[in-house]
Amino acid sequence: MSAILEIDNLHVAIGAANVLRGVSLRVEAGEVRGLVGESGAGKSMVGRTIFGLLPSRAKITAGCVSFEGRDLLALPDRQRRDLLGRRIALIPQDPMTSLNPVRRIGAQMAAVLQLHLKLSKRAALARAAELLTEVAIRDPARVLTLYPHELSGGMRQRVLIATAFACDPSLVIADEPTTALDVTVQRQVLQLVERMRQRHGAAILFVTHDLGVVAKICRSMTVLHAGRVLEDGLTADVLVKPHHAYTRALLAATPRADRPADALKPVPPALIESLWAEAHRLDQLAAARPA
Amino acid sequence: MRWSALLKRLALIPPTLLGVGAIVFVLLRVVPGDPIAMMIPPGASPADIARLRALYGLDQPLLSQFITWLGQVASGDFGRSISLRQQVFELVGARLPATLELAALSVVLALLMGTAVALVGSLLRGTRAEWLLDTANGFFLAIPDFLWALILLLGFGVLLPLLPISGRLDPQLAIAFRTHFYLVESLLTLRLDIAADLLRHMLLPSLALALPFAALVARLLKAQLAEAEDQDYAQIARTRGFSRTTILQREVFPNALIPTVALSGVQVTLLLGGTVLVERIFSYEGIGNMAIDAVINRDFPLIQGLILTFAVLFIALNLAVDLLVALLDPRLRHG
Ligand SMILES: Nc1ncnc2c1ncn2[C@@H]1O[C@H](COP(=O)(O)OP(=O)(O)OP(=O)(O)O)[C@@H](O)[C@H]1O
Ligand SMILES: [Mg+2]
Repeated sequence: MSAILEIDNLHVAIGAANVLRGVSLRVEAGEVRGLVGESGAGKSMVGRTIFGLLPSRAKITAGCVSFEGRDLLALPDRQRRDLLGRRIALIPQDPMTSLNPVRRIGAQMAAVLQLHLKLSKRAALARAAELLTEVAIRDPARVLTLYPHELSGGMRQRVLIATAFACDPSLVIADEPTTALDVTVQRQVLQLVERMRQRHGAAILFVTHDLGVVAKICRSMTVLHAGRVLEDGLTADVLVKPHHAYTRALLAATPRADRPADALKPVPPALIESLWAEAHRLDQLAAARPA
Repeated sequence: MRWSALLKRLALIPPTLLGVGAIVFVLLRVVPGDPIAMMIPPGASPADIARLRALYGLDQPLLSQFITWLGQVASGDFGRSISLRQQVFELVGARLPATLELAALSVVLALLMGTAVALVGSLLRGTRAEWLLDTANGFFLAIPDFLWALILLLGFGVLLPLLPISGRLDPQLAIAFRTHFYLVESLLTLRLDIAADLLRHMLLPSLALALPFAALVARLLKAQLAEAEDQDYAQIARTRGFSRTTILQREVFPNALIPTVALSGVQVTLLLGGTVLVERIFSYEGIGNMAIDAVINRDFPLIQGLILTFAVLFIALNLAVDLLVALLDPRLRHG
């Protein structure tokens, strides 16, 4: 398989803080790669670098990001914008703030199709309705005329997923697409992302702190900690034979049938808090699952 | 805005006007100065003065004067102007359109200028030019409308006499208008020569009113644009490949507009208040100018009528701003 996204030795600094310290990462065509790490590890910074959305004070001090053989960081603005939304798309974290509150769903979805596929407004709206059907939204014609505040969080995330896949991108970056959602909705959204991926043939870089999700949907995974890659490989390999104590700690915090979540092994003190939060969340997820 | 909220607002209007009326009525009569003293010829006998007082009801106790006035106002009779000896209602009706046209032109000019400055400033963010623009804007904001009136009068009336500096219309162009909305009427009847002359007369006073207001709009809108630009939906538009200008126009501007309208809309009342001095400076025949004469002459009925008119305008304006905000914001529209 060939890599569609290849990040090599990426360094990003914000002021004096080195946020990414030599991150290398490959996403093969059509695969789902998990990007895991605790809060503040730098996961979102990887996505922001790709989309050119780093904070204004941030500086890329070294490294290279190549997408489909092109150096994204060196690309002129216009060519880069032509790729964004068409070849690379984002599924954002928070569906509540990710849609423009004063524009109708239809206008927001159609705009992407009009920009990249040069569709007419009418054709774009028709295509948007099809996409909404793909993400299991009933009565898409009506939903297109609604404003974001008239939709639930789960519905909005579906709209955002449909929009991400609108132009058949080859890479979709999903930055914790389920963290802001209700546990009961999370699983549906995951299934939906997976279904859309198969249908549109995209690769996905799935950012999460949920190892359970990674185990379920990711072929390969990268573990990030404090801006550095700790583990990289096929999910099965990493989960079975983690190289690093940190990954083992993360794994220990993940509940399994043969080991209750509260039987935490001792971990470095700095991690305990975030791991507890994670374990608690997984607990809830497990409880919500039908037995 | 929901219907119930609207009804509540409407229900508050009569008591508000009653309160304003009462305050003005009492203040006028407590403050020294007497309309009769201003109109009698020197050497009139005390008996004459007493007769005139009785004629205008000024000899009655304050409360009964107020009740009489209220009863008249309720039946649509605002009394007769003492100094001009005409019905207040007709006097105000003839002058109000001039002020409304002037204020409307000022608001339009201010919105155009303020929006342009805010958009340019946003596109220049982080550059020296942005700093210059902000500084200049602060300067325009700091100078009040009547000072602008004097500056413009000196600049374009005296030093560089390009524009008329007094009146509303060249008397040679005056025709028999059917309404007092000269500008609207001349535009509708396609008398463009008259419309042009009216606009030339309005330009300096409306600029004086518009400049500080434009600076206010520019500052508010620019801050709101910066805030909206940081919102997730604007950032996400960038991940979809939209250009900065497209995002500014489609995502950022409509959102920034809502708080800007809400905040600056109320300030239009200040602009209306500004017409008093600015109309005076440019001898523009609106109700602001008329109000100054009314005060000089202690013309109680006219002052009362004018202040009630201003109060109604302010209330209507606030209501219009709220409705406009609800129209711009779908979240409010649906309750
Ligand atoms: N605008 C910013 N200015 C300065 N530092 C920032 C900024 N945004 C993020 N950081 C820092 O960059 C580091 C990486 O942040 P990032 O958002 O990539 O973390 P993350 O792994 O996505 O975490 P989370 O799971 O909470 O989303 C953090 O230490 C954070 O404090
Ligand atoms: Mg993040």
